[in-house]
Amino acid sequence: MISVQTECFDVSAEHARLAATPQSGAVVTFCGLVRDFNRSEGVSALTLEHYPGMTEKCLQEIEAQARERWPVNDCTLIHRVGRLEANEPIVFVGVSSAHRKAAFEACEFMMDYLKTRAPFWKKEQSDSGEHWVEAKDSDQQAAERWQQGE
Amino acid sequence: MIKVLFFAQIRELLNVGELTLELGSLSTVDEVRQALSERGEKWDFALESDRLLASVNQTICSLDSRVQPGDEIAFFPPVTGG
Repeated sequence: MISVQTECFDVSAEHARLAATPQSGAVVTFCGLVRDFNRSEGVSALTLEHYPGMTEKCLQEIEAQARERWPVNDCTLIHRVGRLEANEPIVFVGVSSAHRKAAFEACEFMMDYLKTRAPFWKKEQSDSGEHWVEAKDSDQQAAERWQQGE
Repeated sequence: MIKVLFFAQIRELLNVGELTLELGSLSTVDEVRQALSERGEKWDFALESDRLLASVNQTICSLDSRVQPGDEIAFFPPVTGG
């Protein structure tokens, strides 16, 4: 399930939906929060911009790649857009599978790919004003390690 | 004609989110970028190719990718979601 939305999501409801898939012995979920710190302290909010249409296509592609690489039963990818306050949930990735290893790896893969392949941009509001968040090399490296051995 | 979209810092710098462009003799994404850069200093600055990403019809592509009439081209900085 893919969703790009302004409204918040319910982590326990998403977990329950994944846990209800047949033959699932493992559910791994990740929920990212808006940091109240980053390059500077005192981050009060974020505004998330995205590329409607392309974003959904990219998330579907990421899910398809995870399903190709691991025996997952179901996947959920939810990303919020618009203005979000500090500490609010921003992203949810969940996987159900027969065994934990596939669920852990597929979840981490989807998160790493989402951070480097999906057209979202963050603008932070902090004590020092507004500024766009810079892409990190460490995120790129995290995504690239999944390509080794391909 | 092609549709050209701009996102994030680039959209803000240009104060434009979307425009249409006569393709004429332009045949690649980079030729489109260069033609737009000639519109003035802020266009040249915003569309510097260093960290610029581009897509054609909502698929990320290299700057030497071909462009055809009716295509949707987008220019944007490296992504920072998650």
